[in-house]
Amino acid sequence: MSDRQPPSALATAIANNRRSERATRAWLLAPALTIILAISILPLGITIVYSFLTPGTYGGVTWEFSTDSYVQFLFQRDIFDDTLVFNSAYVSIFLRSIGLALGATIGALILGFPTAYFIASKPREQRNIWLFLITLPFWTNLLIRTYAMLLIIRDEGIINIMLMKAGIISSPLTILYTDTAVFIGLIYSFLPFMVLPIYASLEKLDFSLVEAGYDLYANRLKVLFHVIVPLAKPGIVAGCILVFIPALGAYITPELLGGGKKLMIGNMIAMQFGASRNWPFGSAAALILMALVIVVLLVNALAARRGASNNG
Amino acid sequence: MADPTTATPASGKPGHRRRRVRDLRAMPGFTTTAWITIVTLYLPILVLVAFSFNENRSVVLWTGFSLDWYAKALENDGIRNAAWVSVKVALFATVISTIVATMAALATTRTKKFAGQGLVFGIINQPLMIPEIVTAIATLSLFALVKKITGLSGIGYLMLAHAAFCIPFAYMPIRARLETMTLTLEQAAADLYAPPLKVFTLVTLPLLGPGIVAGAMLAFVVSLDDVIITLMIAGPGETTLPIYILGAIRRGITPEINAVSTILVAVSVLLVILLFVVQRRMQR
Repeated sequence: MSDRQPPSALATAIANNRRSERATRAWLLAPALTIILAISILPLGITIVYSFLTPGTYGGVTWEFSTDSYVQFLFQRDIFDDTLVFNSAYVSIFLRSIGLALGATIGALILGFPTAYFIASKPREQRNIWLFLITLPFWTNLLIRTYAMLLIIRDEGIINIMLMKAGIISSPLTILYTDTAVFIGLIYSFLPFMVLPIYASLEKLDFSLVEAGYDLYANRLKVLFHVIVPLAKPGIVAGCILVFIPALGAYITPELLGGGKKLMIGNMIAMQFGASRNWPFGSAAALILMALVIVVLLVNALAARRGASNNG
Repeated sequence: MADPTTATPASGKPGHRRRRVRDLRAMPGFTTTAWITIVTLYLPILVLVAFSFNENRSVVLWTGFSLDWYAKALENDGIRNAAWVSVKVALFATVISTIVATMAALATTRTKKFAGQGLVFGIINQPLMIPEIVTAIATLSLFALVKKITGLSGIGYLMLAHAAFCIPFAYMPIRARLETMTLTLEQAAADLYAPPLKVFTLVTLPLLGPGIVAGAMLAFVVSLDDVIITLMIAGPGETTLPIYILGAIRRGITPEINAVSTILVAVSVLLVILLFVVQRRMQR
């Protein structure tokens, strides 16, 4: 450029930058926000609207206002006299899902906490290898991992064959297509989500506190529950939430391991948009699931705030 | 050894003390549990991979090594078409999501804190916080509406949906990289009268490179592995590899599925290992 800028060019450039910063930021953010707003958030609005419409004959909706979807969740309309009778079918699917997700969370915690602690107590180089081993399954296809689990828990699967060869059982245990299978599958799917946040909080653990506990004549259990667990609490809570939420909305695990008969919320919602052709009811069920997730997150946020103010 | 107790002169029996210190960290049963975790995470996948090389049709008994099922899988038109659809969709989603995520990351790190920053983070990470089945049916509802109004159909819908949920995965490593980069090099370039565009292309972008590569790889893996959203919105002829595999599993277990699954797992694992290498470079 031939026209050399004055010495204060940098200063002016910075000043100009400040003024144009807003504009720059706006156009840099615009594409990402547009895509997410249009493809992920706008549809949630449509889902809310759809949940108050009437199902179309071949799927989709007809534009007639109705609260039937929400009524149908709790009641069944009698075909003859149009009275409402309490129907526990859908509520029980939700309760089943909550129960399975809670069970999976506890199971993942029982396996995940000791694993995270074990990794945190290792020297640094070894930690990285262990962490890599824990993270890797997370990036492999969940469908394929679930299918692999199906292969080993089948009646003819490697677990039954090994147990029979060892003479522990004489006929194969039926695990596949039971609640146990779904429970095992959920733990298996989301276990890394439990280990990683707990590890993150234990990584910073000052082991001299553990030592102090022992010096004060605490036994191992006391040190574990009065020193280590309280210090790891943020990680434990985060891990539980990260396991519970995807487990609650799971689709693939119950689909493959529950054999499509042991339904969870996710399958029920998908079904309404497939064979059942009741989009409004599916939308309503999806929104109820969302509400459950939001409640969990809100309770956590409130507890965190209370914890912070107690400490402060 | 930075072991405080062994350095204590008062310690009469150093060997004994050292053993006690090591014991202090350990909890009974924790090592076993950690190994159970690893076995739980890896045993199923290892069995799957092993049986994909079994010569017998049986997925139960091992009879001998063979690559037959890979040959069969690669000859299968259904699998080949599905693989092609998967790659097309994943490439499109990766390119779009990486570009917009890079722009968004620049906007949220390189400028001063602004009102609504929390909201912007919330929106960008939103696809991570909502259960996937909800996003899937919501997107289906939107696309059904758009199709009805415009009459347009095609694979574009699937590509756009993938691009949307890949954005947060691409965004995270790029933002993390930007946060560790200081502004000094860019300021130096500006001091030397480089116009902003040159500063960006010659200084910022090369420094940001590893972050962008990491983001793109994550986006690619996430798109390649998606099941639920794809299952809901893919039209006929838009079957991706995971959807093909799901259909095949529903029809019955064959060694062919094991072979395709192994290939898909291998691709993800290779990309993630590559990602770790890139990130190690980044830390240096």
